[in-house]
Amino acid sequence: MAVESKTQSRSAALETATAAAGGSEPTARRTVGDVSVPNPVMTCRQVNVHYGDKHAIRDVSLDVAHNEVIAMIGPSGCGKSTLLRCLNRLNDTIPTAVVTGTITLDGQDIYERRQDVVQLRARVGMVFQKPNPFPKSVYENVAYGPRIHGLAADRTELDEIVQTSLQRAGLWEEVKDRLDQPGTALSGGQQQRLCIARTIAVGPEVILMDEPCSALDPIATARIEDLIDELRQNYAICIVTHSMQQAARVSQRTAYFHLGDLIEVGSTDMIFTNPKHRLTEGYITGRFG
Amino acid sequence: MQTSTLILALLVLTAIAYQLGRARSLRVAGGPRGARKLHSLPAYYGLLTAIWCSLPALVVVLGWQALEDRIIAGQVVQSMGGGVQELAPGELSLVLNDVRNVVAGNVKPDAVAPEIATAALRWQRLDGLSRTSAAVLALCVALAGGWITLSRIKPTMRARNRVEQIVRVALMGCSLIAILTTIGIVLSVLYESLQFFRFVPVTEFIFGTQWSPQLAIRADQVGSSGAFGAVPLFAGTLLISFIAMAIAVPVGLFSAIYLAEYASRGFRAVTKPMLEVLAGIPTVVYGFFAALTVAPLLRGVGERLGLEVASESALAAGLVMGIMIIPFVSSLADDMITAVPQSMRDGSYGLGATRSETIRKVVLPAALPGIVGGVLLAVSRAIGETMIVVMAAGLSANLTANPLEAVTTVTVQIVTLLVGDQEFDSPKTLAAFALGLVLFLVTLLLNVIALKVVRRYREQYE
Repeated sequence: MAVESKTQSRSAALETATAAAGGSEPTARRTVGDVSVPNPVMTCRQVNVHYGDKHAIRDVSLDVAHNEVIAMIGPSGCGKSTLLRCLNRLNDTIPTAVVTGTITLDGQDIYERRQDVVQLRARVGMVFQKPNPFPKSVYENVAYGPRIHGLAADRTELDEIVQTSLQRAGLWEEVKDRLDQPGTALSGGQQQRLCIARTIAVGPEVILMDEPCSALDPIATARIEDLIDELRQNYAICIVTHSMQQAARVSQRTAYFHLGDLIEVGSTDMIFTNPKHRLTEGYITGRFG
Repeated sequence: MQTSTLILALLVLTAIAYQLGRARSLRVAGGPRGARKLHSLPAYYGLLTAIWCSLPALVVVLGWQALEDRIIAGQVVQSMGGGVQELAPGELSLVLNDVRNVVAGNVKPDAVAPEIATAALRWQRLDGLSRTSAAVLALCVALAGGWITLSRIKPTMRARNRVEQIVRVALMGCSLIAILTTIGIVLSVLYESLQFFRFVPVTEFIFGTQWSPQLAIRADQVGSSGAFGAVPLFAGTLLISFIAMAIAVPVGLFSAIYLAEYASRGFRAVTKPMLEVLAGIPTVVYGFFAALTVAPLLRGVGERLGLEVASESALAAGLVMGIMIIPFVSSLADDMITAVPQSMRDGSYGLGATRSETIRKVVLPAALPGIVGGVLLAVSRAIGETMIVVMAAGLSANLTANPLEAVTTVTVQIVTLLVGDQEFDSPKTLAAFALGLVLFLVTLLLNVIALKVVRRYREQYE
């Protein structure tokens, strides 16, 4: 895992601070650490998000690498979930949200007019804070995505997709005899793994996780964390979390956000052992947050 | 003493009792500073005293009022002698009516027989005596109640708990009123229906296909066959309800989907109140609309197409009833759709579903039980609806599935059977109760099912 920092590009840290026009608003803070990685899956450059009058994210630039888990940490309201929701344009469903800047997926601008949101969301899946299985059977929950995207030609193929997805999510052994029971009848941890299986079933490149364990008990959390580590072999994963231990356990890189600014990015080891910025240090040593 | 004066006096006593109770609680606690030693706030001691002062006294007054008339009548009858006591109940009540008329001043005492006039005098005397004693008794009870409570006030007395207990009983009483009224109505309808079924067998009523609720007065009378087969009525009711639901369910559901999922905030702000206005139009106005606008329009269109459309048709009534029910269906469906948590939609969008896929495959299935419940409630409304069908559907009990003909419904027949001068021992009138009973049972069943379905849906996300 520490290999990451060695291979990190030596290119100069991106200038993220821009002069604020008008000057009434505080200038965005400059990000400490290297936001870019070689050969990224997704890149964000100078992303700003406004919810009506509220400036939720200021000039954030950040890359997501292949086969890595990047953790986004920071106090509540710092904009980490907002950035996450920008990555698959789920902010589009909020009428007041305005997103500026560039976000690319495999070099393609996802906010471009030609970009089909439906396709994008199939490639950038999302797992939510609270497990939200549909009020359908376990099978139908997983088959939902493949069905709407026409991924399976017939029932056998669909069965196969459902089975592999549930296996990858580590849920198959527990539910294989009750695929026709409602997904809402599972336990909280099982529901969350069902939601992960549902996301995997569409075959995404990136999986976004918004505090996926905050509604779960420690045992279920440990299972999900193991799962995240396994999933890294096939997907890039962005995880927002309030638990610093979790960030330290599952991620290779960590990004620290503070009041809409991206303060510091770096390898997880670095951030937790030797933070450069005083705000990062304050947060991880528990002085605030 | 007049009853109103008595009540006023009791109110004054109650107010005084409140003040006394409050003051005494403070005094036993040792002045205003001592309020902390009391179990409850001083106001609760006042309230408790006031309640025990007024409540028993009110019960006495009301009980007296309820029994007074019967007791006086008994006394008067006894005093009249002369075989009055041996009269049949009907004749006795006629005699008593005469007496009452004299007492009330409707008839001059010299215009009636002397024994009636004497009886009336006696009645007046007894009445005055009764009022006075009622007043005295009530005031005594009030004073005694207040006094006993006052003398019991101690710092350790749990006044708040007692007051709350009494309030709880009062609240329960209020909720019982609704239940008891329902039971009373059901029993009275049931009783009259049983009377009806003594004239007409249940099987004939439920399975008979002829409805002609008349009875011959003479044996040779023409056109009074007296058939009580309710099938045409239920068929008509179902036909009209079916037409109404065929209009209301799709339109209401689709408008709810649009309003909940697609409409801009501005459009919603205008449309929702408009729909609620539609729900607020009295059904009698819909009735005019059906009979004077829609029915002639349908007939005109039918004529042009070469169809025979009756001037009062099931279609006209059903169409207008459907329009009436649209807001009902739409607002219920709207509630159910908006109750589906946003996280469901997010989950679906997050998997790359489009908006319409999300609505069709996630939101509607999740809201479906609630919507079905709402539709069932709407059906029971359609079945029970009266005014529109009275004005637009007609009276002829045709057994037909053709919506262009006139049909009649259960509610229309109940109205026509009970309007005007009626004898309450003929099957013609009693038939209305039997119809009402069946209607009640059907709508009750629908409501119970609907509520069950809706409730189960509510639990799903909580």
